[in-house]
Amino acid sequence: MEKRTDKNSYTILFAVLMVLVVGAILAYLASALKPTIDVNKQLEKQQNILYALGVNENDEKSVAFVSTDKVADEFDKYIVKQLVIQGDDVRVDDTAYLIDIKKEQASAKNPSYKRQLPLFLGVKDNKLSYIVPIRGKGLWDAVWGYVAMDENMTVTGIFFDHKAETPGLGANINQRFFMDDFIGENLLDTSGKFAGVDISKSNADPINIDKLDNEVDAIAGATITGDGVSAMIRSELKVYSSYFINLKKN
Amino acid sequence: MGLFKDSNLITDPLADNNPITIQVLGICSALAITAELEASIVMSIAVLFVLGVGNVVISLMRNIIPSKIRIIVQLIVVATLVIIVDLVLKAFAYQLSKTLSVFVGLIITNCIIMGRFEAFALANRPWRSFLDGIGNSLGYAMILIIVGFFRELLGSGTLLGMEVLGNPIDKTGVYAFGYENNGFMLLAPMALVTVGIIIWVQRSRNEALIED
Repeated sequence: MEKRTDKNSYTILFAVLMVLVVGAILAYLASALKPTIDVNKQLEKQQNILYALGVNENDEKSVAFVSTDKVADEFDKYIVKQLVIQGDDVRVDDTAYLIDIKKEQASAKNPSYKRQLPLFLGVKDNKLSYIVPIRGKGLWDAVWGYVAMDENMTVTGIFFDHKAETPGLGANINQRFFMDDFIGENLLDTSGKFAGVDISKSNADPINIDKLDNEVDAIAGATITGDGVSAMIRSELKVYSSYFINLKKN
Repeated sequence: MGLFKDSNLITDPLADNNPITIQVLGICSALAITAELEASIVMSIAVLFVLGVGNVVISLMRNIIPSKIRIIVQLIVVATLVIIVDLVLKAFAYQLSKTLSVFVGLIITNCIIMGRFEAFALANRPWRSFLDGIGNSLGYAMILIIVGFFRELLGSGTLLGMEVLGNPIDKTGVYAFGYENNGFMLLAPMALVTVGIIIWVQRSRNEALIED
């Protein structure tokens, strides 16, 4: 006798019910938890921006952010101004850190769209830093970060993160040994043109003594993630370079 | 008594029925994430949880799952479990969820999970399936940790991020005698070679495992 569960009608009924039940559970959970998750994400952005500015609780080797209960106050204290650059227009916007870089990059594919570029001005130890969010592609998924620079486009602090790079290899871009290498690197070449910083596999300078070579040492086994980060720095910071050049003129 | 008569379900996968070296399941993640010991341990714990719970769920549903679409049903169960855990962690333990998020995709596609659902949970009672899940993920964990240990030690000279062999840049510890890290250990092929060596050692010690 044919088993009850082998019938086509049963199979279809089971599939329909399963999809409805699973879909309902996941949809309910996702919408119920969304507000909490959104708050977490906002706090994380603030923590990341402060990290790049150098406001963090690092000890010798760890990556430690300002704790989540303090971060909103610290953010107001250290970030003195948030700007949005759009074409030639620069405006002050206190929610600039919430601008979705991914959406802006997608809209910018349309040539008539002028991309909104957020820029955060932070002061730590009486030194002014300009912090810029960047976003690009690694091996598996998105990589992003925040770069803090002085007015000469010399990196004063940096933070990278990733969605799904390989643990142990590309995932190490958010570790100190990698991020700290960028500090002091100049994004301009010797003639003052924008050049970026390359993650180089043939770099004969693993301790990174030469800060003017526009290169840092790569992570072994993470070639494509490294190339992605280089490309992200080059393309995402280039769009800001005209602002910095104007800054010097004035 | 019932508790102990099934103890072979836990012990077999640790030795003569190991999911990686004998059943050859879960090789992909064993290659992908064993460059560091810490990632190996995190992945092992995640698989332990998902396989234990997933096996019980599939076993409870085993009499109502239509055989024609059973693989899809299994896939939905494991994906749902993993996504629920991911969402809850994102809301209530955000930092932890960031560490684990890279493993989510690797867990869903891990063939150990589908393999044990298909081979065991569909035909056995929940308690036995639970033991089978725990046993197999421990067997998986054991190999992952062995491979992770050697790859991190020989590839980076560290264990759990601590410099156990000295500092390669300042030339301290064994590096003072001209030792160099083997960067090849960090690449996936060496994980396969390491797993191969484990299989070789295991089979030469137990001839019953050698096929014709």
